[in-house]
Amino acid sequence: MSYLAKPKFQHPALEANALGFTHRDYEGAISTLCAGCGHDSISAAIIRACYELSLPPHRIAKLSGIGCSSKTPTYMLGQSHGFNSVHGRMPSVLTGANLANRELIYLGVSGDGDTASIGLGQFAHAMRRGVDMVYIVENNGVYGLTKGQFSATSDKGSKSKKGVDNPDSPIDLVALALQLGATFVARGFSGDKAQLVPLIKAAFEHRGAAFIDVISPCVAFNNHEGSTKSFDYVREHNIALNSLDFITGRAPIEVDYAEGESEVVAMHDGSAIRFHKLASDHDWRDKSAALAVLEKHGIEGEIVTGLIYLNDEAVDLHERLKTTSRPLNVLAESELCPGSKALEAINASLR
Amino acid sequence: MPIQGVNDFVIRFANVNGSGSASANLLFARSILRMGAPIAPRNIFPSNIQGLPTWYEVRVTADGHLGARGGTDIMVAMNPQTFDRDVASIEPGGYLFYDSSRPIPASRLRDDILVLGMPLTDICTREYKEPRQRQLFKNIVYVGALAALLDIDIHEVEKLIGEQFKGKDRLIAPNLRALRIGYDDCKSRFVCPLGIRVARSDAVGNRILAEGNFAAGLGAVYGGATVCAWYPITPSTSLAEAFEKNCARLRVDRVTGEKKYAIVQAEDEIAAIGMVVGAGWNGARAFTATSGPGISLMQEFLGLAYFAEIPAVLFDVQRGGPSTGMPTRTQQSDVLACALASHGDTRHVLLFPDGPGEAFEFGALAFDLADRLQTPIFVMLDLDIGMNSHLCAPFRWDDSRKFDRGKVMSAADLESGREFGRYLDVDGDGIPFRTIPGAHPTRGAFFTRGTSRDRYARYTEEGSPYVDNMERLLRKFDTARKLLPRAELRKAAQPTRIGVIHYGSSAAAMGEAAELLASEGVHVDALRIRAFPFGAEVGQFIAAHEQVFVVEQNRDAQLRTLLMTDLGVDPAQLVAVLHYDGTPITARFIRREIAARSSAFAAPLTREAVS
Repeated sequence: MSYLAKPKFQHPALEANALGFTHRDYEGAISTLCAGCGHDSISAAIIRACYELSLPPHRIAKLSGIGCSSKTPTYMLGQSHGFNSVHGRMPSVLTGANLANRELIYLGVSGDGDTASIGLGQFAHAMRRGVDMVYIVENNGVYGLTKGQFSATSDKGSKSKKGVDNPDSPIDLVALALQLGATFVARGFSGDKAQLVPLIKAAFEHRGAAFIDVISPCVAFNNHEGSTKSFDYVREHNIALNSLDFITGRAPIEVDYAEGESEVVAMHDGSAIRFHKLASDHDWRDKSAALAVLEKHGIEGEIVTGLIYLNDEAVDLHERLKTTSRPLNVLAESELCPGSKALEAINASLR
Repeated sequence: MPIQGVNDFVIRFANVNGSGSASANLLFARSILRMGAPIAPRNIFPSNIQGLPTWYEVRVTADGHLGARGGTDIMVAMNPQTFDRDVASIEPGGYLFYDSSRPIPASRLRDDILVLGMPLTDICTREYKEPRQRQLFKNIVYVGALAALLDIDIHEVEKLIGEQFKGKDRLIAPNLRALRIGYDDCKSRFVCPLGIRVARSDAVGNRILAEGNFAAGLGAVYGGATVCAWYPITPSTSLAEAFEKNCARLRVDRVTGEKKYAIVQAEDEIAAIGMVVGAGWNGARAFTATSGPGISLMQEFLGLAYFAEIPAVLFDVQRGGPSTGMPTRTQQSDVLACALASHGDTRHVLLFPDGPGEAFEFGALAFDLADRLQTPIFVMLDLDIGMNSHLCAPFRWDDSRKFDRGKVMSAADLESGREFGRYLDVDGDGIPFRTIPGAHPTRGAFFTRGTSRDRYARYTEEGSPYVDNMERLLRKFDTARKLLPRAELRKAAQPTRIGVIHYGSSAAAMGEAAELLASEGVHVDALRIRAFPFGAEVGQFIAAHEQVFVVEQNRDAQLRTLLMTDLGVDPAQLVAVLHYDGTPITARFIRREIAARSSAFAAPLTREAVS
C-alpha cells in the first residue's frame, strides 16, 4: 500500500482534542511495513495516546535507530521533527537532544535488535542517567529487514521460520531496565491496544526514563508455530498484571471497580493513573517484587504485561546536572560568552 | 670547555612518575619566566600513574624559539632507572646534576661533562621525619639548588611559592624552607652560577604560558558551547576538564546555582558523538574532545552528521597511533582519518591551530563554522600543543563579536510563508536552511535521516535526487574553502624557489629551521596551513615554487595526500619531511632533512645531535 499517497481528507465529524486537533493531525506518512505488522498497531497506539493527551505535535521529538521499528516514526506525528539515526544509537542522540532543549517531549522508538544487541550499552546508560523520555521497544524477537535472523530477545528454544531452535538465552529488557534504574517500566502487546494506549499515556506523563517493551509479532518472519513471539503464543501466554486508566484533569473519575481492586495514583503533573489489578496482587512500587514476578512467570513461559514498576518521584538527567530551567539552545551570547574582561583575568593567572 | 650560554640552554629533569616532581618542575619553569626569559617547557611522560620514568624539559630561549631543540645541556638525573641513558644523552660540555647520597662509580659518569653531585636524599633525611615529606621536599630542594646554579633570583621562586599555595597558607613556610636549604647548600658546595645561566630580560613581554587543551576548552566556553559529551582518553581529557572548570567559574548562576551548560561523561566515544549530534540537531552548540581511537569509534556517526548536515565540533588531540600506539606521545597522524571520516563519499572540515593561542581562537570559531556550514568541524590539536605549556600572546576577545548561528529559519520566517526545504540550496552556496525542532506549530518539521532523500527531506532511493544532494554537498565544501582561516605565509628574506608547507605544532620548529637554513644561505618560503579544505592561496603557493617540502609528524605524509587529492598537485613536486617517533619535531631535524634533499643546498653539513 505504500505507493499510495495518504489522502488528506478527514471526516467533518472527527472529534477534536483540547488543542483542536483530530487524531488525523497526529498521523504521519503511510506505513511501508508488511500488512498486519505489529509495529503499525504500536504506531496507532502512540498516535492515539498523543491525541488523547492533547500533546502539541510540534513539541514532540521522535527519534529512532535502524530497523523495521525504527522506520515507524515516519508513520506517525507528521508535524513533529524526527530523527532516524544510527543502528543502536538512538539513546545517545536522544540524550543529546534532550540536553539541548529540556522542554520538548522525547519519544524514542527502537527494536529488539536495535536495543538488545547493537544498542544494549546505550540503552543501559540512557536508563541509568534518567533521561526524560518515552523509550518504546517494538519487540518481535527477530531481524525483519535482513529476513529472519534471531535477535537477542528470542527465547531459548524458540523456532525460527526455517525450523532452527534458538540455542541462546534471551535478554529480558524489562528486567534490565528495572535493574538499570528506569523509573517507569512496562510491557505491552501490540495486539492489546486497550492496555497499550494508557501505558503510553502514563509513560509520556512520567518525568524520567520511561521504558515500554511492546511484544510485536513479525508477520513475515516470526509468526509461525514454535515461535514464542507469534500472535497466538503471546495471546495464550499473556499475564496482564493490571490495566490502567489514564485520568487527566478534565475526565471524571468513574468508579466501577470493587474496592481493593482499583487504585488511583497521582502523577507529578496533576494527572492520575487508575490501576485495576488483574492477574496478581503485584505491587508496582516494589522493584524486587517486580523482578520476582518476571522471574516467576518467565519460568512458566508466560509473558508479564502491564505497568510493572513506577517511581513517580524520579529525578531526571537535568535535575541531576542542575542545568538551567531554560533550554540550553535558546541561551544568547550575553549569557554564554564571558567577554574580554573575564579573559583578562584568566590571562593574568597564566603569567 | 663547558657549554656557555645566557638564557639559551636546554635543561631536562629525569624523574619517577608519581613522585611529586611535576609541580616542582613547573615552579622552576615559571621562575625563569618571571625572570623575563622565554621558555618552551615539555613533558615526556609514560602511560602510567606511578613508577615509570618521566622527563620534563625546559628550553630557555632568548631568541624565542619555542619548538623543541633536541639535545640536553644540563640533566637533573633523579631517576636511578634511567640514569645511564640520561647521562649518555647530555651534550658534550654539558652538566649533570644528580643525587649523590648513594655513591656512583666514576665509570658510570663521563669526563666530558661537568658532574655536580648533591646528597639530596641525605639532606632530606636529616631535615624531615615523614617519608612522604622527604620525597616531596626533595623536589623543592633541587629547585633551590638549580636557582643557585643557574642564577635564578631566589625571590622570584619564593613569590611563586606564595602564589601557588595561596589558600593553603600552612604549606608556604615549609616549602620556602626547603627551597632555601637547597639554595644555600648548593652555594656552599659549588661555584655558582654555571656557564649556562639565566639573566633578567624583558623578552617575555605580556605573553602567557598555557596548555593547548586549556585554551581550546576555554575557546569552547567563549564560542558558546552548551553541551559537552566526552569519554576520557589521553591526551584529550584535560580539554573537557578545562571546559568544565571554566564553566563552573563563568557559567553558573550565582543566585540559583543553575548551570548554563551540560557535561556528560558518556559510556564510550560512540555515545559521546551521538549526544553531540543529537544536541546539534536540536540547536545547541555541542562538542566532544577525543583522540585517534575515539575518532575511529565515531566514524559511523560522522558520516551521518555529514550527510544529514548537523553542526558538531570535535577536538582531536592527536597521539601516536595506530591502535593504542603511543598514547602519551605526540603525532599528527589522524589527518586523513578525520578529513575522510566514515564510509561513503565524505569530506570534513579541519582546523589546524599552531598552539594555545589558535587553540583558543579556533576553539571558539569552530562553533560558528559548524553552525554556518551545518557539518562537523574538527579542531586538530596534538599532544604537544594540548598537554604542554606554551608561551603565547594573551587570549583576546572582541566584545562586539556575535555568534554566527548560520541559516536557521525562525518561527517568524515560517509564519511569513517563506518556502522551506531542508536540503534546498536557495543561495547557491550549497548551504540549506534548517529549522530547530519545536519552532513552529504547523510548519518546518522535517525528518532527519542518514538515508537518501530529496530537497524537501522526503525519503527516496532514486539516483538523481541522490546525486543532486551529493553535488550540493560538494558545493558546500567549496563554500567552506572561502570561510576558513587562510594559510599564513612567512616569506624568505630573498626570493626563492623552495617552499615549505607545514601545520599545527610544527610551526615553532619550522620558524627556527627557516632561520637556521637562512643563516646557511638557503632561503625557504614557509606556508602554514590552518584549515582543510585548502584555500586558493595554497595552490598558488605550490605553483609559485619549484620544490615544496611538506613537513608533517606522521609516517604516511597525510597532509601531502590531501594536497594531492584536493588540489590535484603533481606528487613529484611535494617532498615529504616526516618526523613520527612520538617526540615533538625539532628545528634541527627539519633543517637536516631539507638540507639533505634540497636542490639548492650546497654547503657541507656539520654533524650534530638530532632528535
